[in-house]
Amino acid sequence: MTDENNQVAGNATQSRIAGLLKGLECTVTEATDGMALVLIAPELIHPVCELLLREGGFESNTFVTAVDHGVASEQRFEMVYQFISMEHTERVRVRAMTTGDDPEVATITDLWPGTAFSERECFDMFGVRFSGHENLRRILMPEGFDHHPLRKDFPHIGIEPDRLYQKWDQDRRAAFAEKEARK
Amino acid sequence: MGQVSLTEAPFSDSFAATNLDWVVNWARKNSLWPMPLGLSCCGIELMAMFGPKFDLARFGAEAARFTPRQCDLLVVAGTLTWKMAQAVRLVYDQMPEPKWVMSMGVCASTGGMYDTYSVVQGIDSIMPVDVYVPGCPPRPDAVIDSIIKLQERIQFERPVRDLLEGIPDYHDTGTGTAERQPNRTVVKKKKPGALLGDDI
Repeated sequence: MTDENNQVAGNATQSRIAGLLKGLECTVTEATDGMALVLIAPELIHPVCELLLREGGFESNTFVTAVDHGVASEQRFEMVYQFISMEHTERVRVRAMTTGDDPEVATITDLWPGTAFSERECFDMFGVRFSGHENLRRILMPEGFDHHPLRKDFPHIGIEPDRLYQKWDQDRRAAFAEKEARK
Repeated sequence: MGQVSLTEAPFSDSFAATNLDWVVNWARKNSLWPMPLGLSCCGIELMAMFGPKFDLARFGAEAARFTPRQCDLLVVAGTLTWKMAQAVRLVYDQMPEPKWVMSMGVCASTGGMYDTYSVVQGIDSIMPVDVYVPGCPPRPDAVIDSIIKLQERIQFERPVRDLLEGIPDYHDTGTGTAERQPNRTVVKKKKPGALLGDDI
C-alpha cells in the first residue's frame, strides 16, 4: 500500500470518527504514522471508547499503555489506547493527557474484557490506577514490589529486590519455626 | 592351618572391604534424579543433554521427574526473575534430602547480561548451590562435565555422620550463602547457615 493510499484511508477514517464523536469535546487528527488520532481529556476516555465500540465497530483493543513525559512536566502521564476494526479495516489511536504523579482513569474492561491484562500491566509499570477494574494488581513484578519500573524517576541502580525476598524468607522461616515448636 | 588371604579364592570375588560412606555415596552419585527447571534457552540445551545424542543415561542421571518430591538434583537452567524466585525456592524446599543444586548458565549463576531490577543476580542469593556451569547457554558437554564433577564431590560426602549426628541445620532453614549488595556485587559468606539480612 502506498503512502497515498494510506493518506486517503486515514482521511476517510478521520471523517467517520469525527462523525461518531460529534458533540464530545475532542480533536480528531492524524498521527505522524498516518493513523487516525483522537485527542481527548481523561474524563472522556470511557464515553469515547464506548462510542468507538458500539457505533464505530472497533471491536478489538490492540493495547492500553501510558507515556511518562518526565517528572518536571505538568501533564506527566499520557494514556494511549489503540483499537482496530476488522469490519472497516481501520485503526484508531486515542490519547489523553492526565495531571499529577498518581493519575486515575476509568477502566474500559466493561467494554473489552481483554484489556484487563493490559491495564494491570500499565498499573504495574507506570502506577496508573484504573477505577472500576475488578482485579487491579501487579502482573509482571511480584506483589510487594514498591516501584513502578517504567517511570522516568525509577533508579537504574540501587533497587534492592532481595529485600522483598528477605520478607518472604522471614515468613517462611517463621512458619518453619512454628512447625518445629508444634513437634 | 595356614593364613587366610583375602585376595585369593574363595574370598577374592565374594566381598570387598570398604566403609559405609563410600557405598552410600557410590549409590547416590550414580543414580541422580534431576529436576529440570528450564526457565529460558538453557532448557533447550538441557533437553539435548537428556536426548540420545549426548545421552545422560551413561552417567545414571537420565530419569528426570517433574515433581520435586522424586528428585535430588535441582537444575536451575535459565534466567530467574524475582517473580519466579519464590516458586523456585518452594521447589527446592519440597525436595527430600539429600539434594544438590546445579546453577546452569550465566543467568542463573550471576544474572548474566540481565543486570536489571527484575532478575535475581545469581540463584545463590536464595539457595545453596553445589555446582555452577558457565556459558550462554552452556553446551550439553559442559553440563555433563559438571554432573561428573558433582559426582566426584558426592563421593566424598559424609552421609553416615549426618545420620548419626542429625542433618545440619542449614539444610532445613538456610537460604543460601551469599548476600547481595544493592543490585551490583555478590559477597560470599563462609558461614553455611548464615541467613540473608541477618546483619542488616
